[in-house]
Amino acid sequence: MLEVRELRAGYGPVEILRGVDLDVAKGEVVALLGANGAGKTTLNRTLSGLLRPRAGSIRFAGEPIGGLSAEAVLARGLVHVPEGRRIFANLTVRENLLLGAYRRGRARRRANLERVLALFPRLAERLGQPAGTLSGGEQQMLAIGRGLMAEPSLLVLDEPSLGLAPMIVRQVLELAAGLARDGLAVLLVEQNVVQALAVARRAYVLEQGRIAAAGPAAELLADDRLRRLYLGL
Amino acid sequence: MNPAQGERAALVFLVLAAPLPWLVDSGTLVHFGIMVFQAATLGQAWNILGGMGGQFSFGHAAFFGAGAYTTAILQLRFGVDAWSGFFAAILAGAVVALVIGLASFRFGLRGSYFALVTLAFAEVLRILANTLEITGAGVGLLLPLAPGLERLQFADRRGYYLLALFLCAASLLVARAVAGSRLGARLVAVRENEEAASALGVDPFAVKMRAILLSGAMAASVGAFYVQYFLYLDPHIAFGPQVSVEALLGPIVGGPGTVAGPLAGAFLLQLLGEASRALAGGATGANLVVYGIVLILIVRFLPGGLAGLARARAERAGAGS
Repeated sequence: MLEVRELRAGYGPVEILRGVDLDVAKGEVVALLGANGAGKTTLNRTLSGLLRPRAGSIRFAGEPIGGLSAEAVLARGLVHVPEGRRIFANLTVRENLLLGAYRRGRARRRANLERVLALFPRLAERLGQPAGTLSGGEQQMLAIGRGLMAEPSLLVLDEPSLGLAPMIVRQVLELAAGLARDGLAVLLVEQNVVQALAVARRAYVLEQGRIAAAGPAAELLADDRLRRLYLGL
Repeated sequence: MNPAQGERAALVFLVLAAPLPWLVDSGTLVHFGIMVFQAATLGQAWNILGGMGGQFSFGHAAFFGAGAYTTAILQLRFGVDAWSGFFAAILAGAVVALVIGLASFRFGLRGSYFALVTLAFAEVLRILANTLEITGAGVGLLLPLAPGLERLQFADRRGYYLLALFLCAASLLVARAVAGSRLGARLVAVRENEEAASALGVDPFAVKMRAILLSGAMAASVGAFYVQYFLYLDPHIAFGPQVSVEALLGPIVGGPGTVAGPLAGAFLLQLLGEASRALAGGATGANLVVYGIVLILIVRFLPGGLAGLARARAERAGAGS
């Protein structure tokens, strides 16, 4: 689904990503781990078209997407759920969700809304409520739901656990795993290593703009050296 | 009343208002109507950028004045006909919008900074119009009276009434089309949260540029209409801050971001303006005092404007049943 090769990107004179290789296949959750400043956000921005790659390639569903605009990337089905939830606090839950599908016609919007609400019954109960009045966990659900409204084939979840209680984090991550079982590709960008590895099939560890380690989640968790060096366990 | 009902009510209002001058013989009524439609169209222009897109301009006089001076200068100095002048005015409004948009949105100016930049542009244009020879400097420009449809002048004021009503209806339909389109959804997303909008693949700069171009062109058409109606123009009339205030006051009072809001607000404000002028015995500026009070009350008690009030009432009624 997603193939990233030798990707380099950065801001001005600073190169942040210094050759990243990464794959995500249909139906799997892949965790991207790394400390603050490792380049996770830059990788995200480059994948979703907000930042132009300097070198290397990004292929999505077999086609190169490096350098496309954010909207073109979204239209191809690579949808980003931003960190910090970034919902439209003053708009209602329904309006938030519908904006996620603004590119679609009315009928598709309605069908997508029903599909997403079936997935998130809590949101269905709060459709008319301003999104800012939702709890942290509900806001994260809303952000994911809004992403699903755009009919993604790859969902990039940026730090979905940020600021959430551990129990809610587990719910959110299990939801991501459920979406993958239904055929979606999920790239889970996380600092919460243990929880992320619990749901991911494979994981990459990003360190100073390079992939420092990669492999099945269970192996990464079992490797003592990796645990000490990169995972902080 | 929900927004869709508000839109329909506004369109019905305009349809019903169209034959009014032929039913009631009153020059005051005709002039009042013209003022309402003119303010509503200008307000609608502001509304697309400020109400839907959340980019509060404090300098819509820049577009209004650019339109007014463009057609006046083309007619007076270059012998261009009034119709071509009218369309050139709309183009000029878009050009000024392009300049202001690039100068502010390219550099990410938002909120009060954007408002200040627009205000500054309008003031610069006012000072230029006050000094340049081609704009008639401080004396202004006087168009010769020559009624005739081909010159876009009417001996019967009711002609202006219909023209103003047409502009108002057109602006309403444009706003409705925008509100129901992808551009409208993008504008709301940008207004509410630019970062979240970016995550939805929205390019905030491109969206804001499109909105300001449309808004500037619409506001310029009102300026061109003004010239045809009053046949006189000076720098203060064209670029003065009162024009910018009028542009934003109507939509804020009526309901920013709603299609019907600018018309509702313009109607209420013109009514209040007339009433206060009558009560104050023609003391100049009495209407401005009333506008100020209304604005304070609206911002304090009705942040959603008249449309917000109507919506809240509908929700209460819905909850009660």
